[in-house]
Amino acid sequence: MTVAHEHAAPVAAASDVAAVWEWLADVPDPEIPVLSVVDLGIVREVSWRGEGAERALHVALSPTYSGCPATTVIRRDIESALRAHGVANPKLEVRLAPPWSTDWISPAGREKLRAYGIAPPSAPRAVVCPRCAAAEVELVSRFGSTPCKALYRCNACREPFDHFKCH
Amino acid sequence: MSAEDGHTPSERASDERTPDERSRVEYLLRLGDSDLVLGQRLIAWIGHAPVLEEELAIGNVALDLIGQARLWLSYAGEREGAGRDEDALAYFRQAHEFRNVLLAERPNDDFAVTMTRQFFYDVWHLELLRALSGSNDARSAGIAAKGAREVSYHVERSREWVVRLGDGTAESNRRMRRAVELLWPYTGELFAPDAVDEAGVRAGWGCDPAALRAPWLTAVEDALTEATIDVPPADGWMQSGGKSGRHSEDLSYLLAEMQSVRRSVPGATW
Repeated sequence: MTVAHEHAAPVAAASDVAAVWEWLADVPDPEIPVLSVVDLGIVREVSWRGEGAERALHVALSPTYSGCPATTVIRRDIESALRAHGVANPKLEVRLAPPWSTDWISPAGREKLRAYGIAPPSAPRAVVCPRCAAAEVELVSRFGSTPCKALYRCNACREPFDHFKCH
Repeated sequence: MSAEDGHTPSERASDERTPDERSRVEYLLRLGDSDLVLGQRLIAWIGHAPVLEEELAIGNVALDLIGQARLWLSYAGEREGAGRDEDALAYFRQAHEFRNVLLAERPNDDFAVTMTRQFFYDVWHLELLRALSGSNDARSAGIAAKGAREVSYHVERSREWVVRLGDGTAESNRRMRRAVELLWPYTGELFAPDAVDEAGVRAGWGCDPAALRAPWLTAVEDALTEATIDVPPADGWMQSGGKSGRHSEDLSYLLAEMQSVRRSVPGATW
């Protein structure tokens, strides 16, 4: 079966994808709202697929942790953001491989984390206090208030702080 | 209709699946059920942990395990093709239909038992997931590679506790010795292959549990020695049966609690 091909589509599709990335950059992570889902690096792919009535927006997401309860909320938030921008039937797909890594957090995202009081991901020996930048810190607990964070204390300013675990 | 008639598994009724396909579902249930049952065990510490940080840590480990269980059970349900999703498998099966390893269902007892159970499980779990990330089943490999990152944090913490309690006070040492003695007979099952494991090795979607034993033993001996705890004889008598649905009475109580809400209002959403 052959279908007549519409040659006008690819240009429009490319710019549409750029717009979608901008919309997604306004969707906050529900647990660390200072980061967007794009900063967090969990949006892996945005693409329009299919032709005519079959044309649909596909968004691939990679969850941070297998059991992160925010994943369901993130999915819902992304869907409603896309609908608000007029995407009738977005197709969201969870992509486990390759596994999400903190390396995918954008440089802007790292700076936002630090300004928010969360030490951005780094090797345990390289963790510095997000408030006073002192390197004299100690691990209080490997697990913090969410799956992605560990609990630290600064021995210079004595403030406790969260560290986004290197993953 | 015979199994050799050239139909794909999805074209047959579910009870006419090939032996390999049945083994695959069985194998996925073992992975999912072990994580689910241990996750549920850990949740019981919430509100009772010795300090707040430990409560958070236990809650986070449980969350990772239940998250991994959901991925395995969803996949098991899809492969089974009988219309059961992760919730149907978790909430509407009886104890004899669970395929978790016995170690996962051992009661929490005291903190030493909980952490020793966790350490024995974590070391095995990490080796298992690393091996499975080389599975020729891309979906299993993906779940395993993701889980291995999470479990590497679990094992760091449980190992620290084993050493700290073993090499701690006279009382904590006494409790650790008791914990190791109580749980040791449940470690044999982790490494004993059966027909399902053999099918997985043959076809390439599973891994050989026996191959996980040497690295497990090395890591456990290392930690126990540092904890000043004697390592029990590796060739001692071992319990078995969890992987084929023969469980201790303890699992039924755990399931009764875990399943009661869902069973009292089947189909409810919120």
